[in-house]
Amino acid sequence: MSGATGNVAVVDRPPPAARGWPRARIVGTILVGLWALVGIGLVVYMIYAWNPELFARYAPSYLSGLWITLKLVGISIVIGAILSVPIAYARMSKNRLLNALSYGYVYFFRGTPLIAQTFLIYYGLGSFRPQLEAVGLWWFFRDAFNCGVFAFSLNTAAYQAEILRGAIQSVGRGQWEGASALGLSKMQTLWKVILPQALIVALRPYGNEIILMIKGSAIVAIITVYDLMGETRRAYSRSFDFQTYIWAALIYLSMVEILRNAIEWIEKAITVHLKR
Amino acid sequence: MDAWTLLSFGPEGWGDDIARGVLVTISLALATLPIGLFIGFFIAIAKKSPEPSLRLAGNIYTTIFRGLPELLTLFLVYFGVQIGLQQVMRLFNPDASIEINSFVAGMVALAVVLSSYSSEVFLSAFRAIPNGQYEGGYAVGLSNSQTMRLVIFPQLIRIALPGLSNLWLILLKDTALVSVIGLADILRQTGIAARVTKQAFLFFGTACLIYLVLAILSSFAFSAIERWAGKAELHR
Repeated sequence: MSGATGNVAVVDRPPPAARGWPRARIVGTILVGLWALVGIGLVVYMIYAWNPELFARYAPSYLSGLWITLKLVGISIVIGAILSVPIAYARMSKNRLLNALSYGYVYFFRGTPLIAQTFLIYYGLGSFRPQLEAVGLWWFFRDAFNCGVFAFSLNTAAYQAEILRGAIQSVGRGQWEGASALGLSKMQTLWKVILPQALIVALRPYGNEIILMIKGSAIVAIITVYDLMGETRRAYSRSFDFQTYIWAALIYLSMVEILRNAIEWIEKAITVHLKR
Repeated sequence: MDAWTLLSFGPEGWGDDIARGVLVTISLALATLPIGLFIGFFIAIAKKSPEPSLRLAGNIYTTIFRGLPELLTLFLVYFGVQIGLQQVMRLFNPDASIEINSFVAGMVALAVVLSSYSSEVFLSAFRAIPNGQYEGGYAVGLSNSQTMRLVIFPQLIRIALPGLSNLWLILLKDTALVSVIGLADILRQTGIAARVTKQAFLFFGTACLIYLVLAILSSFAFSAIERWAGKAELHR
């Protein structure tokens, strides 16, 4: 017996794999080196091109642009979330007509470019000015920001409806049956049993949708909204200084990264009970 | 003038201009697709490699180009490369000026974005292939690249197809952004027609419908390809 325990101590493990310089490592090091060079080059460029006058002149407008971007995305996401509920309901209903209508809606908004939808609403609705004035809606569609919010809300509603539908359908039938066996009504089942499980599934796609909206919101710069992208374009067209675009890139990149990490953190926090 | 005259192909209509725009959009998307997939495939290989430095390099690439708005990437390429090339040219010829072709700029920007997305699709497809497939390949004496080409790649494509078809649709929609830097694609042509005729709703509505038709046609094509690729499964 003692021999057996003694053997454990002298067991021969294979030697650790030699960490020489295989080809993959050489290539990897070169590539990381290239990225480091790009990073250093960027920093050097920013220091070299640093212009306090330019910064003082455009920093406030970048901030206001950032605020417009966040406002646009925030409002659109919320309106889209509200609109997505009836659309998702219609997509899942057995009524043929409701189903076809919601399918058409979702297909249209997911199948056409957001920029074309935005143009259709901003420029296109201008063709109906007399009619819009007659019903008293012209003041709303006259403003580019409102048109952006309108287009983005309709667009994100289609995507969010699909996310919601996918999440609800990912919850097994047994959950519905179990809840109805306990005597819960349909509404109660949805609120207390299905949605809490579905939202865990939906969290990541929702997060991606917000990120897509933040990136997509740059489009409104084309229809003369001075969001972050619009301010950047204005600053570039006045100063012809390329660092204006670099600033915008850094701001967008940090927004997306912060959001992505936040979602990962939330996901970790709300799936604690699923970890074993 | 009624809508049909405006959309007709005659001298009064804008049909021929829009048709040329459709060709530009399709050729831009088709030209971008292989480049984006090619780069994306190699980034996926880098990201699944056991070598940490390769993984890091691949992850930096995707983080940057998935985080930037496509429109901004386009401007960075269009203006950035133009300025960069001009600086280089100035070294040789002080009064050189360079105009970058908007088609090429659009192709580069879209390919970079597409490659970062497709690398994720390829990466998850790689993860779906069990290790035994590699080991089996080595066991029958195939080299590293032969295993990749003959054993892994055919399976990889089939697993990645749904994701790739999604990326194609996204790419098709993203080409609309290139109209902003002056490429005469669908959106640009319909935009010009809208400005000249003051029939913005008609023309932008037409543009949306054309994109929709392109999406529907591509989904037909993709379901045909998927059926063809799925046949191998049935034979087993």
